[in-house]
Amino acid sequence: MADENTITKPAADEATAAEHTRSGRFYRPNVDILEQEDELLVLADVPGAQGDAIDVKFEDGTLAIHAKVDPRQDDNTSFLLREYGVGDYYRTFQVSEAIDAGKISAEYADGVLTLHLPKAEAIKPRKISVKTG
Amino acid sequence: MVFGYRSTRHPMYQLRDEMDRLLTGFFGQPAEGSRFTNGRGQPAVNLWEDEDSLTVELEVPGVASDQVEISVVGGELSLKIERPELKQQGVTYHRRERPVGSFTRLLRLPSDVAADQVEAELSDGVLTVTLPKAQSAKPRKIEVATA
Repeated sequence: MADENTITKPAADEATAAEHTRSGRFYRPNVDILEQEDELLVLADVPGAQGDAIDVKFEDGTLAIHAKVDPRQDDNTSFLLREYGVGDYYRTFQVSEAIDAGKISAEYADGVLTLHLPKAEAIKPRKISVKTG
Repeated sequence: MVFGYRSTRHPMYQLRDEMDRLLTGFFGQPAEGSRFTNGRGQPAVNLWEDEDSLTVELEVPGVASDQVEISVVGGELSLKIERPELKQQGVTYHRRERPVGSFTRLLRLPSDVAADQVEAELSDGVLTVTLPKAQSAKPRKIEVATA
Protein backbone atom coordinates (compact mmCIF):
# COMPACT_ATOMS: atom_id res chain seq x y z
CA MET A 1 0.00 0.00 0.00
CA ALA A 2 2.78 2.39 -0.88
CA ASP A 3 0.47 5.06 -2.11
CA GLU A 4 -1.32 5.24 1.21
CA ASN A 5 1.72 6.94 2.59
CA THR A 6 1.65 9.58 -0.05
CA ILE A 7 -1.71 10.90 1.03
CA THR A 8 -0.86 14.32 2.23
CA LYS A 9 -3.88 15.15 4.25
CA PRO A 10 -6.02 12.17 5.08
CA ALA A 11 -9.52 13.50 5.29
CA ALA A 12 -10.92 10.05 5.49
CA ASP A 13 -9.27 7.20 7.30
CA GLU A 14 -10.71 3.81 7.41
CA ALA A 15 -12.44 3.04 10.64
CA THR A 16 -10.39 0.43 12.40
CA ALA A 17 -13.12 -1.58 13.98
CA ALA A 18 -15.95 -2.00 11.56
CA GLU A 19 -18.87 -3.76 13.05
CA HIS A 20 -20.44 -6.32 10.87
CA THR A 21 -23.94 -7.17 11.78
CA ARG A 22 -24.23 -9.81 9.12
CA SER A 23 -22.05 -12.83 8.83
CA GLY A 24 -20.55 -13.89 5.57
CA ARG A 25 -17.98 -12.51 3.26
CA PHE A 26 -17.69 -8.90 2.34
CA TYR A 27 -15.71 -7.39 -0.44
CA ARG A 28 -13.95 -4.13 -0.07
CA PRO A 29 -14.82 -1.74 -2.86
CA ASN A 30 -12.10 0.30 -4.50
CA VAL A 31 -12.68 3.97 -3.87
CA ASP A 32 -11.47 7.35 -5.00
CA ILE A 33 -11.80 10.17 -2.50
CA LEU A 34 -11.50 13.65 -3.90
CA GLU A 35 -11.62 16.93 -2.12
CA GLN A 36 -13.03 19.99 -3.75
CA GLU A 37 -13.46 23.42 -2.31
CA ASP A 38 -16.89 22.80 -0.93
CA GLU A 39 -17.24 19.04 -0.75
CA LEU A 40 -15.63 15.65 -0.47
CA LEU A 41 -16.45 13.31 -3.30
CA VAL A 42 -16.34 9.54 -2.77
CA LEU A 43 -16.48 7.22 -5.78
CA ALA A 44 -16.87 3.55 -4.99
CA ASP A 45 -16.80 0.63 -7.40
CA VAL A 46 -19.64 -1.68 -6.48
CA PRO A 47 -20.32 -3.56 -9.74
CA GLY A 48 -23.30 -5.85 -9.69
CA ALA A 49 -25.12 -3.92 -7.00
CA GLN A 50 -28.52 -2.49 -7.68
CA GLY A 51 -29.23 1.09 -6.72
CA ASP A 52 -31.89 0.24 -4.18
CA ALA A 53 -29.65 -2.29 -2.44
CA ILE A 54 -27.01 0.25 -1.48
CA ASP A 55 -26.99 1.57 2.03
CA VAL A 56 -24.96 4.63 2.97
CA LYS A 57 -24.70 5.82 6.55
CA PHE A 58 -22.93 8.74 8.08
CA GLU A 59 -22.81 8.79 11.82
CA ASP A 60 -20.38 10.33 14.29
CA GLY A 61 -17.89 11.06 11.57
CA THR A 62 -18.00 7.53 10.19
CA LEU A 63 -19.12 6.91 6.68
CA ALA A 64 -20.28 3.36 5.99
CA ILE A 65 -21.06 1.94 2.58
CA HIS A 66 -22.86 -1.35 2.31
CA ALA A 67 -24.04 -2.70 -1.02
CA LYS A 68 -25.91 -5.94 -1.06
CA VAL A 69 -25.09 -8.20 -3.97
CA ASP A 70 -26.80 -11.52 -4.46
CA PRO A 71 -24.99 -14.34 -6.24
CA ARG A 72 -25.50 -14.15 -9.98
CA GLN A 73 -24.85 -17.81 -10.66
CA ASP A 74 -26.14 -21.01 -9.15
CA ASP A 75 -24.02 -22.98 -6.74
CA ASN A 76 -23.78 -25.80 -9.23
CA THR A 77 -22.45 -23.65 -12.06
CA SER A 78 -19.47 -25.30 -13.71
CA PHE A 79 -16.83 -22.63 -13.59
CA LEU A 80 -13.79 -22.97 -15.80
CA LEU A 81 -12.29 -19.75 -14.48
CA ARG A 82 -13.23 -18.04 -11.29
CA GLU A 83 -11.02 -15.08 -10.67
CA TYR A 84 -13.32 -13.00 -8.54
CA GLY A 85 -16.06 -13.65 -6.06
CA VAL A 86 -19.50 -12.10 -5.95
CA GLY A 87 -20.99 -10.81 -2.74
CA ASP A 88 -21.77 -7.78 -0.61
CA TYR A 89 -19.49 -4.79 -0.47
CA TYR A 90 -18.72 -3.11 2.81
CA ARG A 91 -16.35 -0.40 3.81
CA THR A 92 -16.19 2.32 6.40
CA PHE A 93 -14.27 5.56 6.58
CA GLN A 94 -13.50 7.97 9.33
CA VAL A 95 -14.11 11.46 8.04
CA SER A 96 -12.29 14.14 9.96
CA GLU A 97 -13.61 17.05 7.96
CA ALA A 98 -16.74 18.66 9.29
CA ILE A 99 -19.49 17.46 7.01
CA ASP A 100 -22.97 18.77 6.65
CA ALA A 101 -24.55 15.37 7.17
CA GLY A 102 -28.00 16.55 6.24
CA LYS A 103 -26.87 17.45 2.75
CA ILE A 104 -25.05 14.26 1.81
CA SER A 105 -26.29 13.01 -1.53
CA ALA A 106 -25.63 9.86 -3.52
CA GLU A 107 -25.92 8.78 -7.14
CA TYR A 108 -25.47 5.36 -8.64
CA ALA A 109 -24.77 4.47 -12.24
CA ASP A 110 -23.01 1.63 -14.05
CA GLY A 111 -21.66 0.02 -10.90
CA VAL A 112 -20.19 3.22 -9.49
CA LEU A 113 -21.55 4.89 -6.38
CA THR A 114 -20.88 8.61 -6.13
CA LEU A 115 -21.27 10.33 -2.77
CA HIS A 116 -21.22 14.07 -2.28
CA LEU A 117 -20.27 15.09 1.24
CA PRO A 118 -20.68 18.85 1.50
CA LYS A 119 -18.35 20.53 3.94
CA ALA A 120 -19.97 22.26 6.84
CA GLU A 121 -20.32 25.99 6.37
CA ALA A 122 -17.84 26.79 9.12
CA ILE A 123 -14.85 25.33 7.34
CA LYS A 124 -15.57 26.46 3.81
CA PRO A 125 -13.09 29.05 2.69
CA ARG A 126 -14.77 32.37 2.81
CA LYS A 127 -13.74 35.65 1.53
CA ILE A 128 -14.23 38.31 4.11
CA SER A 129 -14.62 41.73 2.73
CA VAL A 130 -12.98 44.40 4.75
CA LYS A 131 -15.00 47.47 5.23
CA THR A 132 -13.26 50.68 5.09
CA GLY A 133 -14.67 53.46 7.10
CA MET B 1 -6.13 -8.81 1.76
CA VAL B 2 -5.13 -5.31 0.88
CA PHE B 3 -6.66 -4.06 -2.29
CA GLY B 4 -6.87 -7.47 -3.85
CA TYR B 5 -10.52 -7.43 -2.99
CA ARG B 6 -12.16 -10.45 -4.54
CA SER B 7 -9.88 -13.22 -5.46
CA THR B 8 -11.13 -16.72 -5.51
CA ARG B 9 -8.76 -19.41 -6.61
CA HIS B 10 -10.19 -22.22 -8.58
CA PRO B 11 -8.10 -25.20 -9.64
CA MET B 12 -8.93 -24.45 -13.23
CA TYR B 13 -7.23 -21.12 -12.75
CA GLN B 14 -4.01 -22.98 -13.33
CA LEU B 15 -5.14 -23.92 -16.78
CA ARG B 16 -5.10 -20.39 -17.92
CA ASP B 17 -2.96 -19.58 -20.86
CA GLU B 18 0.63 -18.83 -20.06
CA MET B 19 0.09 -15.40 -21.41
CA ASP B 20 -2.68 -14.70 -19.00
CA ARG B 21 -0.44 -15.40 -16.09
CA LEU B 22 2.16 -12.85 -16.91
CA LEU B 23 0.17 -9.92 -15.75
CA THR B 24 -1.89 -9.42 -12.70
CA GLY B 25 -5.60 -9.18 -12.76
CA PHE B 26 -7.36 -5.99 -12.36
CA PHE B 27 -10.99 -5.27 -11.84
CA GLY B 28 -10.99 -8.25 -9.54
CA GLN B 29 -7.79 -10.11 -8.72
CA PRO B 30 -4.74 -8.54 -7.14
CA ALA B 31 -5.64 -4.94 -7.69
CA GLU B 32 -2.56 -4.09 -5.72
CA GLY B 33 -0.18 -2.13 -7.81
CA SER B 34 -2.56 -2.04 -10.71
CA ARG B 35 -3.97 1.27 -9.66
CA PHE B 36 -0.99 3.11 -10.94
CA THR B 37 0.06 0.87 -13.77
CA ASN B 38 0.57 2.24 -17.20
CA GLY B 39 -2.68 0.66 -18.19
CA ARG B 40 -1.43 -2.85 -18.76
CA GLY B 41 -3.34 -4.74 -16.13
CA GLN B 42 -5.77 -7.43 -17.08
CA PRO B 43 -9.39 -7.56 -16.13
CA ALA B 44 -10.37 -10.57 -14.04
CA VAL B 45 -12.97 -12.88 -15.53
CA ASN B 46 -15.31 -15.61 -14.49
CA LEU B 47 -15.96 -18.19 -17.16
CA TRP B 48 -18.47 -20.98 -16.97
CA GLU B 49 -20.19 -23.38 -19.30
CA ASP B 50 -23.36 -25.29 -19.70
CA GLU B 51 -24.48 -27.62 -22.44
CA ASP B 52 -25.26 -24.90 -24.92
CA SER B 53 -22.91 -22.06 -24.23
CA LEU B 54 -19.90 -20.55 -22.58
CA THR B 55 -20.38 -17.41 -20.53
CA VAL B 56 -17.71 -14.89 -19.63
CA GLU B 57 -18.38 -12.30 -16.98
CA LEU B 58 -16.31 -9.27 -16.00
CA GLU B 59 -16.78 -6.49 -13.53
CA VAL B 60 -16.24 -3.20 -15.31
CA PRO B 61 -17.70 -0.44 -13.12
CA GLY B 62 -17.97 2.96 -14.73
CA VAL B 63 -17.39 1.64 -18.22
CA ALA B 64 -19.83 2.55 -21.00
CA SER B 65 -20.81 0.07 -23.68
CA ASP B 66 -18.84 1.94 -26.33
CA GLN B 67 -15.72 1.55 -24.22
CA VAL B 68 -15.83 -2.21 -24.56
CA GLU B 69 -14.52 -4.09 -27.57
CA ILE B 70 -15.23 -7.77 -27.91
CA SER B 71 -14.16 -10.08 -30.69
CA VAL B 72 -13.85 -13.78 -31.30
CA VAL B 73 -11.10 -14.89 -33.63
CA GLY B 74 -9.69 -18.36 -34.10
CA GLY B 75 -11.00 -19.84 -30.89
CA GLU B 76 -9.94 -16.89 -28.79
CA LEU B 77 -12.03 -14.25 -27.14
CA SER B 78 -10.47 -10.84 -27.10
CA LEU B 79 -11.70 -8.23 -24.65
CA LYS B 80 -10.63 -4.63 -24.61
CA ILE B 81 -11.90 -2.23 -21.98
CA GLU B 82 -11.27 1.48 -21.71
CA ARG B 83 -11.74 3.21 -18.44
CA PRO B 84 -10.97 6.85 -18.95
CA GLU B 85 -9.52 9.04 -16.28
CA LEU B 86 -11.81 11.54 -14.69
CA LYS B 87 -10.26 14.89 -15.40
CA GLN B 88 -10.96 17.33 -12.65
CA GLN B 89 -9.50 20.68 -11.93
CA GLY B 90 -8.78 21.98 -8.47
CA VAL B 91 -9.18 18.63 -6.80
CA THR B 92 -7.08 16.95 -4.16
CA TYR B 93 -7.06 13.16 -4.23
CA HIS B 94 -7.06 11.58 -0.79
CA ARG B 95 -7.44 8.10 -2.15
CA ARG B 96 -7.16 6.79 -5.64
CA GLU B 97 -7.77 3.08 -5.91
CA ARG B 98 -10.05 2.83 -8.90
CA PRO B 99 -7.95 1.80 -11.87
CA VAL B 100 -8.03 3.77 -15.08
CA GLY B 101 -6.61 3.10 -18.50
CA SER B 102 -6.87 0.49 -21.19
CA PHE B 103 -7.19 -3.16 -20.26
CA THR B 104 -7.07 -6.19 -22.49
CA ARG B 105 -7.57 -9.88 -22.01
CA LEU B 106 -7.23 -12.72 -24.43
CA LEU B 107 -8.93 -15.97 -23.49
CA ARG B 108 -8.53 -19.26 -25.29
CA LEU B 109 -11.99 -20.73 -25.48
CA PRO B 110 -12.25 -24.35 -24.34
CA SER B 111 -14.70 -25.25 -27.08
CA ASP B 112 -15.73 -24.06 -30.53
CA VAL B 113 -18.30 -21.29 -30.47
CA ALA B 114 -20.68 -19.86 -33.03
CA ALA B 115 -18.85 -16.55 -33.42
CA ASP B 116 -21.75 -14.90 -35.23
CA GLN B 117 -24.13 -15.55 -32.34
CA VAL B 118 -22.06 -14.10 -29.53
CA GLU B 119 -23.99 -11.63 -27.40
CA ALA B 120 -22.83 -9.16 -24.79
CA GLU B 121 -24.72 -7.26 -22.14
CA LEU B 122 -23.64 -4.54 -19.76
CA SER B 123 -25.62 -3.99 -16.59
CA ASP B 124 -24.71 -2.23 -13.33
CA GLY B 125 -21.04 -2.44 -14.24
CA VAL B 126 -21.10 -6.16 -15.00
CA LEU B 127 -20.31 -7.29 -18.53
CA THR B 128 -21.69 -10.66 -19.56
CA VAL B 129 -20.63 -12.25 -22.82
CA THR B 130 -22.60 -15.29 -23.95
CA LEU B 131 -20.94 -17.51 -26.51
CA PRO B 132 -23.20 -20.24 -27.90
CA LYS B 133 -21.28 -23.42 -28.58
CA ALA B 134 -20.84 -24.49 -32.14
CA GLN B 135 -23.03 -27.40 -33.13
CA SER B 136 -19.97 -29.66 -33.20
CA ALA B 137 -19.10 -28.81 -29.61
CA LYS B 138 -22.47 -29.60 -28.10
CA PRO B 139 -23.00 -32.91 -26.40
CA ARG B 140 -25.10 -35.17 -28.55
CA LYS B 141 -27.08 -38.12 -27.53
CA ILE B 142 -26.47 -40.98 -29.90
CA GLU B 143 -29.38 -43.24 -30.43
CA VAL B 144 -28.42 -46.85 -30.62
CA ALA B 145 -30.21 -48.54 -33.45
CA THR B 146 -31.56 -51.92 -32.66
CA ALA B 147 -31.73 -54.38 -35.43
